[in-house]
Amino acid sequence: MLKRRNVLAGIAATALAGGALLAGASLAQAQDTIKVGVLHSLSGTMAISETTLKDTMLFLIEEQNKKGGVLGKKLEAVVVDPASNWPLFAEKARELITQHKVSAVFGCWTSVSRKSVLPVFKELNNILFYPVQYEGEESERNVFYTGAAPNQQAIPAVDYLMSKEGGDVKRWVLAGTDYVYPRTTNRILEAYLLAKGVAKEDIMINYTPFGHSDWQTIVSDIVKFGSGGKKTAVVSTINGDANVPFYKELANKGVKATDIPVVAFSVGEEELAGLDTKDLVGHLSAWNYFQSVKNPANDEFIKKWQAYTKNPKRVTNDPMEAHVIGFAMWVKAVEKAGTFDVDKVIDALPGIEAPNLTGGISKMLPNHHITKPVLIGEIRADGQYDVVWQTKDLVPGDAWTDYLEGSKDLEADWVGKKCGNFNTKTGKCGS
Amino acid sequence: MHRFTRIALLIAALAGGWLTGPATARAAPEDLAAGLALMAKDSFNDTAAGIDAIARSGAPHAAALIEALQDRRLLIGGSNQKIYYRDAAGSVRDAATNEVVAAPPADLSAARMNNRVRTAASAAMGALSLMNPDPARRIQAAQAVMKSRDETALPVLDAAIAAEKDATVRTELQLAWAAVTFVKKDATEAQRLEAIALLRNSGTRDALSILRTLPADTAGPAREAATSAISSIEQRLQLWGYVQNIWYGVSLGSVLLIAAIGLAITFGVMGVINMAHGEMVMLGAYSTFIVQEFFRGYAPGLFDYSLAIAIPLAFLVAGGVGVAIERGVIRHLYGRPLETLLATWGISLILQQAVRTTFGPTNREVGTPQFMSGAMEIGGLVITWNRLYIVIFAALIFVGLLLALRYTPLGLHMRAVTQNRRMASSMGIRTGRVDALTFGLGSGIAGLAGVALSQIDNVSPNLGQSYIIDSFLVVVFGGVGNLWGTLVGALSIGMANKLLEPYAGAVLGKIILLVAIIFFIQKRPRGLFALKGRAVEA
Amino acid sequence: MITRALLADDRTGKWFLAIVLGLAIVVPILHLAVPETSPFHISTATLALLGKYLCFALLALSLDLVWGYCGILSLGHGAFFALGGYAMGMYLMRQIGTRGVYAHPVLPDFMVFLNWKELPWYWYGFENAWFAFLMVMAVPGLLAFVFGWFAFRSRVTGVYLSIITQALTYALMLAFFRNDMGFGGNNGLTDFKDILGFPVQANTTRAALFAASAVALALGYLAARAIVSSRLGKVLVSIRDAESRTRFLGYRVEHYKTFVFTVSAIMAGVAGALYVPQVGIINPSEFLPANSIEVVIWVAVGGRGTLAGAALGAVLVNYAKTTFTTGLLAPYWLFALGALFVVTTIWLPKGILGKFNDLWERWRSSRAEKTETKPAPVPQLAE
Repeated sequence: MLKRRNVLAGIAATALAGGALLAGASLAQAQDTIKVGVLHSLSGTMAISETTLKDTMLFLIEEQNKKGGVLGKKLEAVVVDPASNWPLFAEKARELITQHKVSAVFGCWTSVSRKSVLPVFKELNNILFYPVQYEGEESERNVFYTGAAPNQQAIPAVDYLMSKEGGDVKRWVLAGTDYVYPRTTNRILEAYLLAKGVAKEDIMINYTPFGHSDWQTIVSDIVKFGSGGKKTAVVSTINGDANVPFYKELANKGVKATDIPVVAFSVGEEELAGLDTKDLVGHLSAWNYFQSVKNPANDEFIKKWQAYTKNPKRVTNDPMEAHVIGFAMWVKAVEKAGTFDVDKVIDALPGIEAPNLTGGISKMLPNHHITKPVLIGEIRADGQYDVVWQTKDLVPGDAWTDYLEGSKDLEADWVGKKCGNFNTKTGKCGS
Repeated sequence: MHRFTRIALLIAALAGGWLTGPATARAAPEDLAAGLALMAKDSFNDTAAGIDAIARSGAPHAAALIEALQDRRLLIGGSNQKIYYRDAAGSVRDAATNEVVAAPPADLSAARMNNRVRTAASAAMGALSLMNPDPARRIQAAQAVMKSRDETALPVLDAAIAAEKDATVRTELQLAWAAVTFVKKDATEAQRLEAIALLRNSGTRDALSILRTLPADTAGPAREAATSAISSIEQRLQLWGYVQNIWYGVSLGSVLLIAAIGLAITFGVMGVINMAHGEMVMLGAYSTFIVQEFFRGYAPGLFDYSLAIAIPLAFLVAGGVGVAIERGVIRHLYGRPLETLLATWGISLILQQAVRTTFGPTNREVGTPQFMSGAMEIGGLVITWNRLYIVIFAALIFVGLLLALRYTPLGLHMRAVTQNRRMASSMGIRTGRVDALTFGLGSGIAGLAGVALSQIDNVSPNLGQSYIIDSFLVVVFGGVGNLWGTLVGALSIGMANKLLEPYAGAVLGKIILLVAIIFFIQKRPRGLFALKGRAVEA
Repeated sequence: MITRALLADDRTGKWFLAIVLGLAIVVPILHLAVPETSPFHISTATLALLGKYLCFALLALSLDLVWGYCGILSLGHGAFFALGGYAMGMYLMRQIGTRGVYAHPVLPDFMVFLNWKELPWYWYGFENAWFAFLMVMAVPGLLAFVFGWFAFRSRVTGVYLSIITQALTYALMLAFFRNDMGFGGNNGLTDFKDILGFPVQANTTRAALFAASAVALALGYLAARAIVSSRLGKVLVSIRDAESRTRFLGYRVEHYKTFVFTVSAIMAGVAGALYVPQVGIINPSEFLPANSIEVVIWVAVGGRGTLAGAALGAVLVNYAKTTFTTGLLAPYWLFALGALFVVTTIWLPKGILGKFNDLWERWRSSRAEKTETKPAPVPQLAE
């Protein structure tokens, strides 16, 4: 008996050691390639969203290599798994930069993961492309924000709902998951709505924990609030996993989009793929990209993506498009700078233009955010969106919102002022 | 504009009978043409205006046109952006003439929709189908009018109420009439009072919503009546609100029960801490997904029956995996409960990652069969069918399990082994086999829980994780080794959670509850229904 | 000396202390003094990793003290670790001063962001290092004392205790996730600048933090060894092996348990406090029940009831984690971790060090048999 145990323990130990060797071998690669870091969780709670982005990056890098790489060099993706663990994000970022000597990193989803890696990128001076819509209130020299700032998503959506076309909404429920993005977005929206003449009692704010699954009480509260005699809409910043039970409860309670429309900022094609949408038709999402947008660039992208993933049903979504734009910008900036040198690429990036998938040309701004169109889509029965409204021009991302006390005097300009939080009142950087 | 002419025409159209000749003759072709011209612009505001115009045109195919718009069969295209529609038979018709077009233009695209257009269309359809021969359609129509509160529908409503024989439909029509009259500018006081009385009697949230839009110029008795009606409905709804909260508590409790009861077997009866219990639930949910995929692919018509296959399959899959885990791992760890905890935690990680690798990390769609979607109303209580079925399902599992433990040979053996393993073994019971089957049973029931939870929650690799802590708390709170304890534990935790939520909010409510349970366990370390025994250390 | 007395009978301990203290001296030198081109240079990344491992090792040690020697399987030790981390994080946040993005002199960025007007009372005092360091130990210690006092007095044992410790950390996690609590919600505390006046990112500070972690681990080991080898330690082991019998012999079991649980929580808090400046962030996910369960497996892998083994297990498992989560094998890491749990519990119930000790004892006794001596009794773990 004891012998057998020994042998088995030995096997286990050998397996572990062998695995470690294998992992080590994959690190040692040819040196004539340029490495690009991919920092997305492949396990843990965020894998649900981030795995697709890892695939997107691998796809984009493969496509670029087919075109001959960048500056005559092939690109090589270095994929690490920060496992939805925030300190691990920082550790993996350090590993990518110091051990793998990557030229740029594409990664992060949640704000906390970005906050966790920030000091590392600053210290080691590297580039991070962050592809997800976020709360703003940040502009760092080493980070390029290709997702939407609040003014590129939340405010246009509310404007649309207030318009006659959008349903003339007078009463608002701001429902979100309790973390910094919904908190900030809702604060901005509240200030904005009050400024637009909405009465305080016509705004209801509600926060729920991550992964909240029992929505009975809250949905009936919403219905109750909606019977106030005024057209009511829900602005949802509910995050990830909690959305499926939320929408299921809405559908079953018979809350139709024509009665109380829900406009969401974190629900896209990928999230709808897990839902039966026939009872959700007409509920809305605000993004900068929808898969259903008709134009040649998008059609081609979807075709190639589905071929790459060998899945003709694989959907695309907004953060993927952000990576597409970010990657194209990085390639162009490297070509413009003529080098992969981080400082030169950072300096070359503002002003770079790259086509987005909705038919426009996005531009990197001096505040390291980009210009994007804002689209509002209504859910269709097939899990896709009908674009019902869209801004005429591209909206420039605003790092510091004008609707919050602390940040309205701040301004980010990495070209002229070389500062991420320039205070226009005091005329000083950072204070 | 010519409101009176239009109303007159509408009445004439209706008086002339639904879809019969005379109406055609008296239709207002200019409205139809104007409406179609508006629609051809394909902007939402214009389309909505176009719908109104078409509805009042009295054209015999107005309803068909609006229905086509709702079903995305209304087409725009051709050289001069003309409107066509595809009829139920599939042939394309010219919207203006209602004639089949032999060779429709190639570039036809469906007219765009949004919520505003949808609202306008259903309001128009409401007004147009008030006299529909199908009573269900008439009820829908009445409700649509009640929502739209379109004054122009009033004469038709009057006619419809006069002609209505069916009492239920009549009530709905009257409510619609009340809703319209209540907001109508030039309504007389008597009309308004009657409307208020009708709304008050209905006592619904919709009625309340209408009453709250009391026009500013209302004065005197009408205002008083409305205010008192509002407070009466509010009181009624508040009372129903308490009932509703209790129902939510029962519903959440049954979800907890269904998630925890498998654990009550493995943990309570066998003393095995199965941290992979949540993953058994997940396997059940994924089995449901697979069965549904199969139905979607091969027998979409039978989709509603998919759960009938999914339930036994989920039981077998999860139960089979459970037996395998028991034979492969847990068997070696009896008498060391803390080690089983660690080993099963390891298994749970493996199962999670295996599912993630096989099915991908994203949520999978598990559809709700028709009979489980939607809700029913009892008074002011809205009960969604899926929750009701889960409550019933939980109750069935609970009773089934009680009976199985009481009356089947396996149940007898299980109880024997639990009470005295060595004695049972000496009596010829193969304890190893009983252990495996017990664990399989507990896991299989977790699989059933997966089928139920797939109807209300995400089907993702993280599904199990979100229930494991709650399940353990339910079992420990209720008292280990006692199914009734689990039942009471689940229901009281569910109820407490839901009663706290309106006051403390979802997060704080849960924290308070957790702390309360921690304190409770200090008071009664063996839970609510502790097994009594002489052992100092159970 | 006390140390010598403690270690007189502890062969593994001598080795362990020698290695840890050796690391405390050698690693900072290799990091700071050896040029980067040299193969012996230790990079910042490696230094940060090693520092993290040492903090985890101290955490594992603290858990081993209660689980290995007193039979209390805490599935909420991560809570004490995180509380210590938060206390340190609050100190570090207060050191940022006007260097935050909003340049507010008092409020941390996230409070400005959420429109808080003044510092909540529980943040008072954290600008002082001494106060913060005191809180690092006091908060987890107090929580453990109160929790232990209630739980052990009412004789909540075994699995029940494990489950309510899990509920405890879960409740704390939910609480810290709430933005209204004033601990930064999901984003936690991050973007630290200075510690005791030194910039946290400077190489010298990192080296010093590493050395501090190593010293803390060594001290933690000595403290734990002092406890378990005293008379008190013998009582603890007897509680582990036969709680009722110990009680019947007249020992106040709950006092012993509460004491050791509190000491252990303080150690975990210190580990958390050293961890935070090295990884640069503290966030409610440290309270995740899964994290606490993982700590248990470190102890189990290394060897329950061996102290040094627990530390060894923490380092080994985390090293494997670091290696596995990069490159092609990244998606398969959880398979490996899961298998590790199963393999260890079934085939290595005493962990690596326990196994090693067994083999060693057997080898010695087989030699001793030849010289006709009685074999040394092998300590048995009972459940």
